[in-house]
Amino acid sequence: MLEIKDVSVRYGVIEAIKRVSFEVNEGEIVTLIGANGAGKTTILKTISGLLRSSNGSITFKGRNITKADARTIVKAGISHVPEGRHVFGGMSVKENLDMGAFLRKDSKAIEEDLDRIFRSFPVLKERLNQDAATLSGGEQQMLAMGRSLLSSPDLILLDEPSMGLAPLFIQEIFNIIEEVNKRGTTVLLVEQNANVALEIADRGYVFETGKIVAAGTGKELLASDEVQKAYLGG
Amino acid sequence: MKLFNRTNITWLILIILTFVLLEIGVTTGFTSPVMQQTLVTIMINIMLAVGLNLIVGFSGQLALGHAGFMAIGAYATGIMTRQSPNFISFILSVLAGAVIAGIVAFIVGYPTLRLKGDYLAIATLGVAEIIRVAILNMEGLTNGAAGLSGIPIYLMNWRTATVFTVIVVIFVLNYIRSSRGRATIAVREDEIATESLGINTTKMKVAAFVIGAMAAAVAGSVHATNLGVINPSQFGFDRSIDVLITVVFGGIGSITGSIVAGFILGILNLYLQQFGALRMIIYAIALIGIMIFKPSGLLGGREFSLSTLLGREEDRPGFIKSLKKKD
Repeated sequence: MLEIKDVSVRYGVIEAIKRVSFEVNEGEIVTLIGANGAGKTTILKTISGLLRSSNGSITFKGRNITKADARTIVKAGISHVPEGRHVFGGMSVKENLDMGAFLRKDSKAIEEDLDRIFRSFPVLKERLNQDAATLSGGEQQMLAMGRSLLSSPDLILLDEPSMGLAPLFIQEIFNIIEEVNKRGTTVLLVEQNANVALEIADRGYVFETGKIVAAGTGKELLASDEVQKAYLGG
Repeated sequence: MKLFNRTNITWLILIILTFVLLEIGVTTGFTSPVMQQTLVTIMINIMLAVGLNLIVGFSGQLALGHAGFMAIGAYATGIMTRQSPNFISFILSVLAGAVIAGIVAFIVGYPTLRLKGDYLAIATLGVAEIIRVAILNMEGLTNGAAGLSGIPIYLMNWRTATVFTVIVVIFVLNYIRSSRGRATIAVREDEIATESLGINTTKMKVAAFVIGAMAAAVAGSVHATNLGVINPSQFGFDRSIDVLITVVFGGIGSITGSIVAGFILGILNLYLQQFGALRMIIYAIALIGIMIFKPSGLLGGREFSLSTLLGREEDRPGFIKSLKKKD
């Protein structure tokens, strides 16, 4: 579904991503794990068109999107939930959700998607008219995810959904990610919380200073001594 | 959303009622000519402030050249109505001024608004000055520093000014409450998240800037026919700052605030006339007072909303329809 081939990304003279290749197949949950500064967020931003690659190609559903802008990529079916709860304060939960459907004209299908989102995130329905800035951290993360799902993506890019959340909320968010995946959305998940991420992931890639140093199924990586030592504190 | 729902009808009745009351005031002599004159000035300030608030308060970009766009409208009207002093040519000149101001705003806005940061403030500062100097030097058309006089003032009265203001305010309010308007607010709140939703952030910022500039041009047209005399010195930097003060005074991001501030500052100015030179000192003290006791402006970011007051949230626009029925 998504194919990253030999992609490099630069911030000025610094090469943050060095010729990285990986792929995400339809229906999978794929996770990218690794330490701070390994380039996980950078690669997500590059896929969604917020950053440009200096080398290599990105193909989505057979279509080359390497040079496409963010708008085209959202329309093609990729939605990006950026790191750190980017909800629109001063706007109600409802208005936030509205923004997720900005590029869509099919109001019937929007309503169906909305129903589905409310089933996954019942708390959003309860707080529909509340200012998004007054939601708790976990609720804001749910809103950001719900908003992204409303653009009806085939592939959702999640950047550290568990960041700064209480353990109870982390479990809930990951349950929802699995649920969303079961309903047919492919998930590319970036996480610091490698243990939990690998548990729900079909496959994983380990990033280290801009390169992929290990790859395998979630279970394989969880069992690998090297990964355990380096990233899971085992 | 229906056009004639209960909220909109109530608004219409309120507007007409205000008009009738003013009309009665004028015929019975209660509303003096000076008050009528002040009302026109207030309407001009409201149009300027509402336009600037869309740029500063809603798209979150600082613009410091509103007087330049006002000058474009004023000169379009001045030149055209002197040629053929009738109402049709006045209306055409308002449209022409707004279109030219919009084009200039687009040319300035498109390159600067692609960048993140306060580049627009500096660019608009320069553009307002360029417009002023251009007017100074196009003597054949604008009569240079002496300006244009003999603009037909009988084309303007408080009724026309109010009608223009109501149209501008309704247009801006509708824009803000449309999904594009909300996308504009989203850009202000979080540019990265907005971009990640596939919304073209540059386009939203440019659109707000262009609409704001067009509102200023309409205000300029009213200003020209109100005074009958215009010259480049009326549209200097201090005028732009005046508008910004009105916006800040009323509350950044509140259209209601801009309207209230327009009225309060207008009336304050009228009653301070008798104090002569002391006027500016008292005016400044009033402004400082507001900034100390209410730093976010009179209304903060709040809006007066009739649909909320009437408990009819469903009258508000928004394209997630189901929420209105079910909740």
